[in-house]
Amino acid sequence: MKRAFAYVAEFDSAAAIYHAAEQVRDAGYKKWDVHTPYPVHGMDHAMGLGKSWLSGVVLCGGLTGFCTALFLQFFTQVDLYPTVVQGKPTNLNTVPAFFPVTFELTILFSAFAVLFGLLAFVMLPRWNHPLFGSKKFARFSDDGFILVIEARDAKFQEADTKEFLLSTGASGVELVEEEF
Amino acid sequence: MATETTTLRGGVKAAELEGIKRESLVLNKRSMQWITDRICGIVENRQPFIWWILFLPSVVLAGCLMFTLVYLVSTGVGVWGNNQPVAWGWAIVNFVFWIGIGHAGTLISAILFLTRQRWRTSVNRSAEAMTLFAVVCAGIYPGFHVGRFWMVWFLAPIPNANAIWQNFKSPLLWDVFAVSTYFTVSVIFWYIGLIPDLATLRDRSKAGLRKALYGIFALGWRGGNRQWRHYEMGYLLLAALSTPLVLSVHSVVSFDFATSVVPGWHTTIFPPYFVAGAIFGGFAMVLTLMLPVRKLYGLEDMFTGKHIDNMAKIILLTGTIVGYAYIMELFISYYGANKFEADAFYLRIVNGPYTWAYYCMFFCNVISPQIFWFEKARKNLWVVFIVANFVNAGMWFERFVIIPTTLARDFLPGQWGYYSPTWVEILMFCGTFGLFLSLFLLFIRFLPVIAIAEVKGVLPEADPHYPEWTALRKKRGLQPDGPEVETSHH
Repeated sequence: MKRAFAYVAEFDSAAAIYHAAEQVRDAGYKKWDVHTPYPVHGMDHAMGLGKSWLSGVVLCGGLTGFCTALFLQFFTQVDLYPTVVQGKPTNLNTVPAFFPVTFELTILFSAFAVLFGLLAFVMLPRWNHPLFGSKKFARFSDDGFILVIEARDAKFQEADTKEFLLSTGASGVELVEEEF
Repeated sequence: MATETTTLRGGVKAAELEGIKRESLVLNKRSMQWITDRICGIVENRQPFIWWILFLPSVVLAGCLMFTLVYLVSTGVGVWGNNQPVAWGWAIVNFVFWIGIGHAGTLISAILFLTRQRWRTSVNRSAEAMTLFAVVCAGIYPGFHVGRFWMVWFLAPIPNANAIWQNFKSPLLWDVFAVSTYFTVSVIFWYIGLIPDLATLRDRSKAGLRKALYGIFALGWRGGNRQWRHYEMGYLLLAALSTPLVLSVHSVVSFDFATSVVPGWHTTIFPPYFVAGAIFGGFAMVLTLMLPVRKLYGLEDMFTGKHIDNMAKIILLTGTIVGYAYIMELFISYYGANKFEADAFYLRIVNGPYTWAYYCMFFCNVISPQIFWFEKARKNLWVVFIVANFVNAGMWFERFVIIPTTLARDFLPGQWGYYSPTWVEILMFCGTFGLFLSLFLLFIRFLPVIAIAEVKGVLPEADPHYPEWTALRKKRGLQPDGPEVETSHH
């Protein structure tokens, strides 16, 4: 069984799709996206999207790394197995010697937070997707500027949405179906 | 039209601005499709014959590396020339040399990103790849330098066989954390940058193994703006994390020396001096690799003369900083009135066993880049290539001067010695070059050498307001593709 998944509309330039996005945003669509070969400057504004809060995830990652490093060093050096090297004890006064490792682990955990946070936020990996069935859509990774309105959007109607997309300046509109 | 009266940003007359027209980042008004075709074409078409001419000897050399490592482990570290008093020989020289080369990649990808140097886009991918491969080569040395390679797990933060934990106050342990973090973060940064380009390769390939592999590594990237906005934030964050990281790594490497009480090593100038030197040497290696690649694969429109010019200027700047550090070390050894320090530097520059190496270093690192004050030299690719190779050699000599020179003359004459490498060390060093080049050639063969998505983003028509400002420029009587004018947008 097949059903409509989305309309895939192609635009000729970054400028054209930018203005189309503003119109789609103003028309009140919610389940739609703009697929471009590179991130188009200002598109978040044109689509009505706010700031990405990936930074929050990364802050948590960094703090975890920071605490892990301090714990690792204090616990092992002061409590678990104090090693006196060259007559130097380990206590609160030796904190400066712990800075390099603390710094490195803060960065390491933050970088992992970027990677895994990003994958979670963009919902990847997802190796298959109904849009991959469209030839028109595949051009997004070359020089295509593709606007997609999904059928699950409350405002989506096969005839009206197509007409609306053509009125925003799309050079071609294609209906993509999915199996279910 | 009345052009003389049009005033632009900063009170500059429009007509004056035409005279200092900014060079385009991509020449010959190439389209996005051309960029995709040209970069993906390197991966999709047969490699030129010269690729094989370079690849086969590189693999043989990498095999020599494997051989020397097996020989080293099966016989013992005595096959290396280092012994008391020179306990750190080529192994540590080459470790510092390779890790330093990596730094230019991170500098280009992180620091130039944060400072919005848009020319970085055509250089960063290959420079980051170079970083990874250089760190791989670097990592081999300390791993085998511990003597018993199978005990290398003692470096990891887990208790050893006697339940003893590492000494976290030791700079050598800091180094373990710094280098392994650096490698991991560089891999993450590189891979995240690759995802959109892998999607391009996936969409261009027909069904089969190629499509499956590129598809798996592209993770199903769809380039939607709802993905891009997180992607851009993630990339920015990684750049912001990598910037202090890269500065810390070579600082920590320099702590291996600077926190000791050995004359000639115990100096506070080491961290900034090592970092500047690392960036200096790394840029030289980027140029050494990319000048031939650019020519061989016809990438001149993306990797332009302007890029080379900028990189030559960075080499000039960092080379001069390094020169300042050399001279300041000498001055402080005189001014500081420490007899041992003064003696260490006297042996370096006047009458020591390795004085010749000091002058090789000084000529290669400080004198040779000064030619880049002249624009003609920066524009002549042969001059750039030759100077870059002088710098490669000079940076190796720098590490050599720092390590054996200092150790060969200990406090008491009875502890004096002379170090020279054995054939194992020499073959091993050549082998790391083989490994480095093999990995780089495979990178060219299988991955896009230029960040496709990023280069598209710096084309003039990539800006969504391109038609507006072109119209505005026309109205003001300016050339349509000249420098940007102030618009009312945003």
